[in-house]
Amino acid sequence: MKDVAMVGGNMIKFGRYPDKDVVQLAADATIGALKDAGISINEVEMVASGNLYQSNAMIGQRVMKEIGATGVPVVNVANACATGSTAFREAYLAIASGMYDVALAIGSEQMGKMGLLGAGGGNRDYSTEGVMGTGLMPGVFGQAGVEHMRKYGTKMEHFAKISVKNHKHSVHNPYAQYRKETPLEDVMNARMIAWPNTLLMCCPTGDGAAAAVLMSAEKARQHTTNPVWVAASALTSDPWQERNPTMFDVNTVTRNAAKQAYDQAGIGPEDLSQVELHDCFATAELIHYENLGLCGDGEAGEFIDRGDPWVGGRIPVNASGGLLSKGHPLGATGVANIVEIMWHLRGQAGERQVENSKVGLAHVIGLGSACTIHIIKK
Amino acid sequence: MTQETASEEKKRNPIVPFLRIPEDPKQEPYLWGSKCKACGSVFLGERIACGKCGDTDSLEEVHLSGEGEIYVFSVVYQTVPGLEAPYVAAIIDLPEGVSIRGNVYGLDPEKPSPEWFGKKVKMYTEKVRTDREGNDVIAAKFRVLN
Repeated sequence: MKDVAMVGGNMIKFGRYPDKDVVQLAADATIGALKDAGISINEVEMVASGNLYQSNAMIGQRVMKEIGATGVPVVNVANACATGSTAFREAYLAIASGMYDVALAIGSEQMGKMGLLGAGGGNRDYSTEGVMGTGLMPGVFGQAGVEHMRKYGTKMEHFAKISVKNHKHSVHNPYAQYRKETPLEDVMNARMIAWPNTLLMCCPTGDGAAAAVLMSAEKARQHTTNPVWVAASALTSDPWQERNPTMFDVNTVTRNAAKQAYDQAGIGPEDLSQVELHDCFATAELIHYENLGLCGDGEAGEFIDRGDPWVGGRIPVNASGGLLSKGHPLGATGVANIVEIMWHLRGQAGERQVENSKVGLAHVIGLGSACTIHIIKK
Repeated sequence: MTQETASEEKKRNPIVPFLRIPEDPKQEPYLWGSKCKACGSVFLGERIACGKCGDTDSLEEVHLSGEGEIYVFSVVYQTVPGLEAPYVAAIIDLPEGVSIRGNVYGLDPEKPSPEWFGKKVKMYTEKVRTDREGNDVIAAKFRVLN
């Protein structure tokens, strides 16, 4: 496999854009990424475009028609919440295989005020939702957090503290949908959505787009003296487990991806400068501290109590404010969190900059399940 | 179809394929699944192959007991329109080695507690709605055993 450099990246501010369509949002992010890389669309040799809710709408080709339809291969990717990061991985593989020297990954989504994911569709007469348990995301991730409570005696406050941290971080991120501090009392007393997650412990839906330009090492040297490198790209699906699929297994799929990613990069979690992980709910972030090896099993409660994952702490997690603040436009998320890491490695993250960041990990999980982990280094 | 024939043909349909409602009203509805004789794994409903070991030749139907234990739960407040909330949404482990999602009644949704872990529950069935053809839609629900 060849070395892969990340030479350019960009995202738009996540939010709601009722006056634009998703192709315009994606094109905007992509043009910014190409400029950041110092190339034009004519130099791009392949494109991977991630979009979930319009996965049959040829978003990748439509972006090319918007910014320059050069006739190169375009692949449209859908992989639940890991859609964007799977597109990034397709672009990565295109370079790593030696087949191409310049590849573009785009992630985009327009959700508007979509509400609860999974609540629509199908024959509603025979929908089991709410009459035979729940398959909606707040309850599913509520149960995932409650499993940690069962094993280790974790309290609702532990999860709530994560929300306090991420919202505090977001104040410094101009790309975040919400940039409001939320004290612990506010988080705990917010409207309950699915216990133990209150409204402020759930990520918002919204619109967003992000893009990344990847190059072979030889090509990257022609454009920059200072690229960042994709040290690992791992993708896993959920292996058999006795409660799955009744209860989605968000842990094993992440643990397996983490092991592969650390092996590929030749590093361990202790070598990371920072992490952007998939905090779709506050409960999710806590269990992933352990799944990613940032702390030992059963130690996630103490980990947040000590302030370890704060910017300025031992291993900053979600310096961007995470999905809880940025929002989670599904297809955009996985590209955006890699771009965030790139900005930190370059020292371009403004007031939220993690000092002297050298290696960052970006984690995304899509239920059903898909997990991607990318490790990006200077 | 006239109103009368519709009512004559009205059926009690299970909401999921792994709930079976015997035609004889004296027989209780029950949950069923498939067991892989090669590796012992159990699945809800019918299978074409074993999702663990991939075996295609040794799946047999098993009758699942209607009693199990709460593994984990959430209390859902925000749900789809028209449903009662809050409600306790649990993952229930059945003794045959498979789990099922279920609403659990007999617990106070306002007071979620670690004491709920491992609680024994028993299945019952209930009509939850009428489908567009006028049939009863029957769901499996769970009640805490004291």
